[in-house]
Amino acid sequence: MIVAFYVAAGVAVLSTFLVILQTNAIHALLYTILSLLSVAIVFFSLGAPLVAALEVIVYAGAIMVLFVFVVMVLNLSPETEGVDRAWLQPRTWTGPVILTLILIGELVYILMTRAGLTLEGAAIGPKQVSLALYGPYLLGVELASILLLAGLVGAYHLGRDALD
Amino acid sequence: MAEIPTQYGIILAAILFSLGIAGILIRRNIFFILIFVEVMLNAAGLAFVVAAARWGQADGQVMFIFILATAAAEVAIGLGLLLRLHHLFKTLNVDQASDLRG
Repeated sequence: MIVAFYVAAGVAVLSTFLVILQTNAIHALLYTILSLLSVAIVFFSLGAPLVAALEVIVYAGAIMVLFVFVVMVLNLSPETEGVDRAWLQPRTWTGPVILTLILIGELVYILMTRAGLTLEGAAIGPKQVSLALYGPYLLGVELASILLLAGLVGAYHLGRDALD
Repeated sequence: MAEIPTQYGIILAAILFSLGIAGILIRRNIFFILIFVEVMLNAAGLAFVVAAARWGQADGQVMFIFILATAAAEVAIGLGLLLRLHHLFKTLNVDQASDLRG
């Protein structure tokens, strides 16, 4: 289980890094889906099987498919190759990469100098999460449904006559 | 799962979040920017789930479900805006949308 965590974490970091380098839209989406699936394995190794399944079903299975639909509708793949290739020159990405590395180093330093904490206990399964969702967090569930309704109305209105 | 230190989980979330930020800074195509926003939201959710596993509570997973719902609504709206941008400017380069014109 520990090996699974480290291997999945490595795959997640590597595939997310490779998304930055892609110029083809579909290739970037495939690497993103790979990153999401490896994060689902990380969830499973942490003892959270419900969110592992939800990550695969909702995030990699619905949200990324929505991106694929947009690529299909707009015929994105030939167009994106030209626009971003100029932006992948070294003098463009050197600044952001250096600042990002400083950020990562700072975060790692902060987190490593704290006292060691180990994950304990059994897996937190769907029953506990459901009891929490429909107990203390019931208001959040209702607000999330209102948010999704607002997203639905907004997406319909924005996409109505945008295709010609 | 009892021997994975919590810091490594949070460090993984921090690295994924930083990669999302780097992607948003480097890419100029709105489609890729939306992908990296999803990567950042996923990393924040990972931090919540790691924290929940450390304390043995379900609250972090509940927060991840809410983040999932928020990301789904935000992707729907974001892709609608992408369609409008493509309709208006015939390109997905965000640098073209540089004028505030009412």
